Amino acid sequence: MSEDILKLSPLQLDALREIGNVGAGNAATALSQIINNKIDMTVPEVSILPLGEVPDVVGGPDAMVAGVYLRVFGLAPGSILFLLPRDSAFYLVDMLMGREQGETQLLNSMDESALMEIGNILAGAYLNALSHFTKLTLLPSIPALAVDMAGAILSVILSQLGQMGDHALVIETEFTTENDGVKGHFFLIPDPGSLSTILAAIGVKE
Amino acid sequence: MAELIKVGMADYKVGRNPDSLISYGLGSCVGIALFDSVAKVGGLAHIMLPDSTQARSAENIAKFADTALPAMLSDIIKLGASKSRITAKIAGGAQMFTFANATDIMRVGERNAEAVRLVLRKLEIRLLAEDTGGNYGRTVELKLDNGIFRVKTIDKGEKEL
Repeated sequence: MSEDILKLSPLQLDALREIGNVGAGNAATALSQIINNKIDMTVPEVSILPLGEVPDVVGGPDAMVAGVYLRVFGLAPGSILFLLPRDSAFYLVDMLMGREQGETQLLNSMDESALMEIGNILAGAYLNALSHFTKLTLLPSIPALAVDMAGAILSVILSQLGQMGDHALVIETEFTTENDGVKGHFFLIPDPGSLSTILAAIGVKE
Repeated sequence: MAELIKVGMADYKVGRNPDSLISYGLGSCVGIALFDSVAKVGGLAHIMLPDSTQARSAENIAKFADTALPAMLSDIIKLGASKSRITAKIAGGAQMFTFANATDIMRVGERNAEAVRLVLRKLEIRLLAEDTGGNYGRTVELKLDNGIFRVKTIDKGEKEL
């Protein structure tokens, strides 16, 4: 029971990838409208990784990143994490606050609010798609922000999953703006019990 | 040649002089360094959770404070350490994100640090120094030639315990 994510069928993994695709597509459109810039998005990766390897997805446990974290409430609770390399976060803040590129070197409280609001909008867009797809009501918590080492930020989610097993189901998409200034990773990490709820809702229970 | 041995999340490693043990990017996790200053052997654990009896899956003993510490202790003794000389230093246990109504899940860092202190007391290992709490990540390194435990952060400086 504890490690049922290791027993997912190819069909189920495909269904999860499609969820990620629609959700992240919605979120990318929202981001593109906010910063008025074209955004490229990778096909979502659905991976089942040993917990300790999750930080490698974003450059290793000591990579400097900004992370906006939201809890998902409703019938399929989980976590959403929007992670950007620190330079990308600064670049995004430059754009949002109308500064010269490279001007932001440290985040003030206004900048932090702006990044959290971006996380909020992206999570909302993502969850809207997911709710529509699954007919499950899903609501985001208020966002929280940290700028620190990737391993430290991810530990918040990984320790929750660690109670249930040694692997994480990660639905991850990478964003890049047209001019390469902003790169980001969007993670949806369902709580262990939520996965079967989501799979049942989209009709791929078995 | 002195080697730098990496310790991943939910893992522990042991070694001897002149090697060093390092673990990157601890958030709510706790890094536990055990060291025998005479035999110059020691170990570094990177635990994620306080208590294996509260978890649904407890196969990986290195993940929990209550199971990782006894296992690492016995491995260090096998390398030639004497139980009575082994001392501990710990770091980590931060709360990375602050929400208005912090649930138990969010306070896992604090609970990790508490559990580690309790297990050390039970094993009768003296805790020499600690750098725990806060809301920031840490990278920790144990030098097995002198037992210095170095704690690095991104903008809260660097400390030697």
